[in-house]
Amino acid sequence: MASNNNGKELLLGNDAITRGVIEAGVAFASTYPGTPSSEIGNNLERIGEKYGIFFEFSANEKVAMEAASAAAMSGVRSFVFMKHVGMNVAADPMMTLAYGGVRGGMVILTADDPTAHSSQNEQDNRMYAKLSLLPMLEPSTPAEAKEMVKAGFDISEQLTLPVILRTTTRVNHARGIVDIGDVRDTKKKSTFVRDIKRFVNIPANARTNRIRLLDLNKKAAELSGSSELNFIEGSGKVGVITSGVPYTYVKEMLKGVSIFKLGFTNPLPEKRIAEFMKDKEKVIVVEELEPFLEDQVLRIAKENDISAKIYGKRSGHLPMAFEYSPDTMRLLSIITNAEGTKVPLSKPDIVLPARPPTLCAGCPHRGIFHAIRKAVGKRPVIYSSDIGCYSLGAQPPFMMADMILCMGGGIGAAGGFCEATDQKVVAISGDSTFFHGGITPLVSALFNGHKFTAVILDNRTTAMTGHQPHPGTGRDHGKRTTEAIDIAAVVKGIGVKFVETVDPYDIEASVSAMTRAIEYDGLSVVIAKQACPLELKRKKLLDPKVCEIDQDACRRCSICISSIACPALMKKDGIVSIDRTQCIGCMMCACVCPAGCIRVIQ
Amino acid sequence: MKYVIQIVGVGGQGVLLASMVLGNAAMNAGHNVAMSEVHGMAQRGGSVLSTLRIGDDIISPLASEGEADMILGFEPAETCRNLTLGNKDSVIVMNMDPIYPSTVTAGLAQYPEVNDILSAMSKVTDRIMTIEATSIAEKAGKAVAANAVMIGAAAAAKGFPLSKDAVKRSLLGSVPEKFRDLNEKAFDMGYDAMKK
Repeated sequence: MASNNNGKELLLGNDAITRGVIEAGVAFASTYPGTPSSEIGNNLERIGEKYGIFFEFSANEKVAMEAASAAAMSGVRSFVFMKHVGMNVAADPMMTLAYGGVRGGMVILTADDPTAHSSQNEQDNRMYAKLSLLPMLEPSTPAEAKEMVKAGFDISEQLTLPVILRTTTRVNHARGIVDIGDVRDTKKKSTFVRDIKRFVNIPANARTNRIRLLDLNKKAAELSGSSELNFIEGSGKVGVITSGVPYTYVKEMLKGVSIFKLGFTNPLPEKRIAEFMKDKEKVIVVEELEPFLEDQVLRIAKENDISAKIYGKRSGHLPMAFEYSPDTMRLLSIITNAEGTKVPLSKPDIVLPARPPTLCAGCPHRGIFHAIRKAVGKRPVIYSSDIGCYSLGAQPPFMMADMILCMGGGIGAAGGFCEATDQKVVAISGDSTFFHGGITPLVSALFNGHKFTAVILDNRTTAMTGHQPHPGTGRDHGKRTTEAIDIAAVVKGIGVKFVETVDPYDIEASVSAMTRAIEYDGLSVVIAKQACPLELKRKKLLDPKVCEIDQDACRRCSICISSIACPALMKKDGIVSIDRTQCIGCMMCACVCPAGCIRVIQ
Repeated sequence: MKYVIQIVGVGGQGVLLASMVLGNAAMNAGHNVAMSEVHGMAQRGGSVLSTLRIGDDIISPLASEGEADMILGFEPAETCRNLTLGNKDSVIVMNMDPIYPSTVTAGLAQYPEVNDILSAMSKVTDRIMTIEATSIAEKAGKAVAANAVMIGAAAAAKGFPLSKDAVKRSLLGSVPEKFRDLNEKAFDMGYDAMKK
């Protein structure tokens, strides 16, 4: 992706987007990691500096949006990217950013996740384009994603507005052939020129800027109306209006139809849509999630006396939920010809074990989960959990998540749980999550006198999204090195009186710290600190050790499995053994073994 | 020309690497390529599926159910679970070495005998080609080369649209210099095992 030749490469969507950012001559980029957008940040962390891009992992998406806004207001090109739910966090600055706009081009990427493959919901962020009146582009393939990053910057500079680039998982995590282009030479530093009317949105200026935004929205509609990103393919009496990845399914599966492929989807090219529908008998709108295009198409049809019957979600032919696939096109066979597909083999008649994602072998979360459970004992308890690898603790045997909302939400919700019930409340958060959204709710809990225990699972990385650094790890990026911010010091600095740090591999110490914390009459915080072994493996810092069970001494009680449930522990015919290919010798199982028959070798 | 490969296995087995090797070989042979893969949470010990579609008019990154010309199965239970991705003409290449899910290692669920999985699959299709990729890789020098064995096996399958040399070149171009000999040997042994 970093190659400077004008060749072709088979690129992941996120790699193609990174290449687009490089070719567009971006000066400032920011993000908070989130699947399906994370690889863009990993790429920029590695190669951004080489292309003169200042790249930061911001503490959360709101900060990322604010910082990128300021860079673009100053006159350089900026790029901010996040997963769909990240845009909820960043929406506050974005809504007002739209009022004053930008000087240098700014592209805001939202990576949506239909089917919620790696997310807590499948919200359709195209709605944010309507809400903010910002222009929006939607690519269908990795190659198009790269080109639309560049087009987005040009449109942004023409309109002096940020442009939303909306992708979905099947663009970000698809691979396709991409033409590598030239890198545009842009200024990487500028001078901010004061313009109080535009950039200081006190009420009087906000009212003026609201009118400015509405005027620019009309100009954006003209651009969309003449944009080559919106194009028609084929002819016929059946028309299909589509955008994003569903275009690829329509193109391959629906034959003999005329396709209006929309890439510039806010504002819509209304005149061209009306023109397209005029001679059609049927019009089908194919899009994932909300009827974003469809409802507008219905309005455009009404306003232009279009007689064609319009099919889609509102007619009940296509589903609102989950991502589409080529198979979804079969639902349209009553309206048009879906390409004949092959008959799938039938399901073999055998029961297979499920293979859910699970915490890794030697994951320190297993140790603290066990300790929490021991310390809680038979007390009625609510586990107010959060977003991260520890969300997997919702599964047996831990069952340590009664509620998950959003980043930092576990600590915020804990206050409500403890006032609304007489149950013991344990909030669970991660290290990166704590810095993202956990500090403010902790301040609020102390201020309002909530009494609960917050456990911060500090595995020294943003693990789930692919091991990005965060404020608690410090950052070593090119010429700039920053020191780690100590979570315990932050919590104490807020004024929390009970703060203990434990090593979750030391089960006994963890149980005892958790017991003190739960029995404490006030707000207590336990920090379970132990590095993610996957991260250590990646950095080649993991000591080669494995555990071994003395089968003569083993009492066959399986307490190791019921307590720690490590995938390196294998139980067959009542006998537990250790899978040496998985075991990392963390000794958590040894700590809980009542017979003391597990020891480290090597 | 159109050829669809579904590569299935478990996180960490090299499914994504194999799909990249085959995808690059297809691109270098002048074909269009569209792929999709699973990242993120599912990778933590979960099932992994990578779709590779090769052809002139290919654009969709996802295949329809039953469309696969080949299912390249890195693990028996995963191959069996995903058999409906293929049709009666699909070639099924299946590694016979199981990886037990955490539910099984914890004694909460049963993993059937691999031969029982094979016979249940055989009632549905007669086009299964089995391979002992791990033990072949060990013979080639190291168990980690099992994915090179699988790539070699795929290249040997009847109707496979890419030449043995093109696939091998792509594989060797994707591994570090010091592992080239190991991978080349593993690839050839996988190829030969399938041709027999």
